Amino acid sequence: MSFFKKLKDKFAGNTEAEESTEKYKEGLAKTRTGFTSKINDLVAKYRKVDEDFFEELEEILLQADVGFETVIELMDELRFEVQRKNVKDTSNVQSVISEKLVDIYQAGEEEINEINFVEGLTVILMVGVNGVGKTTTIGKLAHRFKNEGKTVMLAAGDTFRAGAIEQLDVWGQRVGVDVIKQSEGSDPAAVMYDAVRSAKSRGVDVLICDTAGRLQNKVNLMNELQKVHRVISREIPGAPHEVLLALDATTGQNAMIQAQTFKEVTEVTGIVLTKLDGTAKGGIVLAIRNKLKIPVKFVGLGEKLDDLQPFDAQKYVYGLFAEGLDKEQQMEDAESDK
Amino acid sequence: MAFEGLSERLQGTMTKIKGKGKVNEADVKEMMREVRFALIEADVNLKVVKEFVKKVSERAIGQDVMDSLTPGQQVVKIVKDELTELMGGEERKIEFSSKQPTVIMMVGLQGAGKTTTSGKLANLLRRKHNRKPLLVAADVYRPAAIQQLETIGKQLSLPVFSKGTDMSPVEIARQAIEHAKTEHLDTVIIDTAGRLHVDEALMQELKDIRALKEPDEIFLVVDSMTGQDAVNVAQNFDEAIGITGVVLTKLDGDTRGGAALSIRTVTQKPIKFVGMGEKMDALEAFHPERMASRILGMGDMLSLIEKAQTNVDEEKAKELEEKFRTSTFTFDDFLEQMSQVKQMGPLDEILKMLPGANKIKGIENAKVDESQMDRVEAIIYSMTKKEKTTPEIINANRKKRIAKGSGTTIQDVNRLLKQFEDMKKMMKQMSGMNTKKGKKKMGMPGLDSLFK
Repeated sequence: MSFFKKLKDKFAGNTEAEESTEKYKEGLAKTRTGFTSKINDLVAKYRKVDEDFFEELEEILLQADVGFETVIELMDELRFEVQRKNVKDTSNVQSVISEKLVDIYQAGEEEINEINFVEGLTVILMVGVNGVGKTTTIGKLAHRFKNEGKTVMLAAGDTFRAGAIEQLDVWGQRVGVDVIKQSEGSDPAAVMYDAVRSAKSRGVDVLICDTAGRLQNKVNLMNELQKVHRVISREIPGAPHEVLLALDATTGQNAMIQAQTFKEVTEVTGIVLTKLDGTAKGGIVLAIRNKLKIPVKFVGLGEKLDDLQPFDAQKYVYGLFAEGLDKEQQMEDAESDK
Repeated sequence: MAFEGLSERLQGTMTKIKGKGKVNEADVKEMMREVRFALIEADVNLKVVKEFVKKVSERAIGQDVMDSLTPGQQVVKIVKDELTELMGGEERKIEFSSKQPTVIMMVGLQGAGKTTTSGKLANLLRRKHNRKPLLVAADVYRPAAIQQLETIGKQLSLPVFSKGTDMSPVEIARQAIEHAKTEHLDTVIIDTAGRLHVDEALMQELKDIRALKEPDEIFLVVDSMTGQDAVNVAQNFDEAIGITGVVLTKLDGDTRGGAALSIRTVTQKPIKFVGMGEKMDALEAFHPERMASRILGMGDMLSLIEKAQTNVDEEKAKELEEKFRTSTFTFDDFLEQMSQVKQMGPLDEILKMLPGANKIKGIENAKVDESQMDRVEAIIYSMTKKEKTTPEIINANRKKRIAKGSGTTIQDVNRLLKQFEDMKKMMKQMSGMNTKKGKKKMGMPGLDSLFK
């Protein structure tokens, strides 16, 4: 059974799942035009799966920002897989690639892609470099959690960037949740202390903490972040329950260093991959997944409030390959009709 | 980190070739493989990499390498020259209109840093070009984008033209240009909303703004961490509205910034400025030659010297040199020198600009501990006047007192005293050398060893 068929069966009759699959398909439309049309061309160009085919496939992956090391690893595994399954025809290779990608993204059943909600107050800390979309993501997350029936509070921890507090405030009003803030230039750790205290006393379910964007090589700013983290865990043992690293899908290999450094400083528990609705492929996440084992928890597929979707490896890969897989499926169906 | 920097990679192979008398085709081939690998890891677009490698290989395997006396050096030069050329040849200046006002449009993806860069650019134009800029808040989409620009305007004491979020960006821009004319503000900087290069409706909006008064500059603001997609972004923006230049932001990070090479090759538009920090004066002119040198690990000496020149007082430097020669350099002078170094910016940034610094293992992680500098200061502040001028009198008792007063240990004090003596000796030698050559000296040899 083909990859797509499996996916279709899995979500059959479940309208919510189908809707979200559609969102992936829509959001990744631009990404796909570059990435899969190339793979489709490749399949059309080469009938046989040979070294030339692999070499070109390697280049397509490199252009998706996957990075040299991971690409080489991936190619080795694909070569092995193709040999093992005795795939000779390139038209069957797409599902082999898809499955391989899903494997990397999923890596084991026990992994949790969902937000780790706890009894009582759940604290989520949002971190990342400048301009990746932390504040916007928080707005969308708040919207999502509120719709799930949770009470949400936001903490305006970016006291550095001009207009950052106002930006979060606007999101708070839009979504209809409280925002704990102090004036620009105040100590972010103090804001967090305040926020955790009032979240506890008001008995909210989720507190999402914004932080200022910082480049990972700025030691002082990373120390500040560590302090913020410490203040939160001192107030609530075990908190923050989630540290989400926002990564811009357009970022290249530097995203790996970002992930590694932020992980060292704040024990990142998950990645939010933003701005996937452009032409960028966000391939570096594959490498991050492969090397650092940080799960992707959400992906930003557009500017609308509900365009932030929980990450699902199968849907994601399906979104990437939609057309090609549909075609493969049709061929398979036609075959079985005979 | 898993992958090395571009310069480390190239340096590795180049040192190999440097040590050889002659370079054969196999050497070039091996080196080019490394170059290719390194450039891709540095986020240079694959197509650009291929072009580059082909060009360099052709030149390297050709006559000029084989017949030259030092083939290794020749190859290094070719790679560096090509890199420099790829990034734009010599540096280029900003265009001003003869008809007032000059209009500058800032465009780019979300989160590239347009609003911050608008503020920095206005500040730079006022300071270095004596312009009277007007910042225009035309981002009506992102929450609080207007407040952000207003706050920046307030920080810099620069006028900001804003009409809230209900007016269309095109109308805001139109009124702003009129406003600039009546207020005699000669430069209008329009901060537009971030948008995807594939969003046709929003790209049309940019075309409409452009149609108001042909902008003298349309700057594409690009995050220097951008990966392979930089090429698509730059190409689409350029085709849609015709950019005149590029501003590369967040270059103070540890990205290798291959996007710079990609964008430049694909659009043929110059990179005019680079964002080097979060402060409002951290916008610098782009120097392709320096950037290429930096990528190749030759250090960014020119930038460093320029930094030093703007921060080090000429008079004081002369005075200091006199002191070196006559050996009357005291702890007071030391303190002063230290504060001047501090003014040049974070020490680890300065260290990175030194040639070969990126070859030092783990320089990325070996952050200069600036608190160590504070500690040194504290020790000196705890000395008496006499101790500062004649450190020879500092005996065990005095050391104990100094350590106590500065909250350090006697070992710390001892170390500082020893290093101070070493430094004095070295400086005396060096200043003697320098006077002979008639050159002015800038740095402090041995200073770095103090803060390790």
